[in-house]
Amino acid sequence: MRLSYPTNVKVVKVPCTGRVDVIMVLKAFESGVDGVYLAGCLEGECHFLKGNLRAKKRVMYLKKLLAEVGIEPERVEMYNVSSSDGPRFAQIAHEMTAKIRTLGPSPIKSASKSFKA
Amino acid sequence: MIVGNRKPLEEILEMIRPYRKILLLGCRECVTVCAVGGEREVAVLASELKLVRAKQDQEIEIKEFALERQCDHEYIDQIKPFAGDYEAIVSMACGAGVQYVAENFPKMMVLPAVNTTFLGVTLEQGVWSERCQGCGDCVLHLTAGVCPVARCAKSLFNGPCGGSSNGKCEVDKDTNCAWQLIIDRLKELGQLERYEEIIPPKDWSTARDGGPRVRIREDLRL
Repeated sequence: MRLSYPTNVKVVKVPCTGRVDVIMVLKAFESGVDGVYLAGCLEGECHFLKGNLRAKKRVMYLKKLLAEVGIEPERVEMYNVSSSDGPRFAQIAHEMTAKIRTLGPSPIKSASKSFKA
Repeated sequence: MIVGNRKPLEEILEMIRPYRKILLLGCRECVTVCAVGGEREVAVLASELKLVRAKQDQEIEIKEFALERQCDHEYIDQIKPFAGDYEAIVSMACGAGVQYVAENFPKMMVLPAVNTTFLGVTLEQGVWSERCQGCGDCVLHLTAGVCPVARCAKSLFNGPCGGSSNGKCEVDKDTNCAWQLIIDRLKELGQLERYEEIIPPKDWSTARDGGPRVRIREDLRL
């Protein structure tokens, strides 16, 4: 397909989005990332039955946590994309990148030049 | 188990405002089970605090640590070698844990990150419900195993009151009327005649009204 997606997207592989814990995403923000999105399987198609549904709930919780610390909750999102749907993967990478560009750099990174995670 | 709620982040931030080095102390007992003050919650709170401080361009060093229990001094002793390296201890245990840590560190500020709420049960994963208030004189044998002290908003001993409607309490439409539950269960047990027994006024001196309580078992003392 030779699809391209923005080079700023760093892919972290996990066996299932159900493996993703809130602390992993918070640590990513501590290290200065501008946004995080989870690309899980389509709802109802989780190999582990509920992994992607659990991830969705954790993303909702993360949004609350981020709002609490003063980071825009939109910087974290949950997407569902079939593993065979390359074009959709590229599309959400563009979509999320565009959204984060509109929001600008993470307030953590921009406020603290001396901050080291 | 003892169930609590995490204090709002703003309140915790205000408490730790003067400090740059804190020891964030979790507890692996009740507050771990009710997901409010265990190792995971310590990690999340530490991360939140670091993010806020980074945003404000203020330094903070946080040592994350979880004790087996904060209500036994043998475990509290484990932090004695290094607790002094920090300006304050933020405890994520219940009120008992916070106080016992404070008693063991007379020269340190020990701050609570959790609002201790009730003695309760896990209804389902992520849902906890109050069952006991530790009144010191259990009446569950009289009330078909449903506690009127903890579960009736008025702690009525001969209920229900006029606020009971369709099995729900007037205080909150989602709260069951404890006395409706008692009657239903007495019916289920075939002991409805017990409902007619008038329970005399309770002696509340065994509860909080009698002041702080101490329990001693001489045979176990060293």
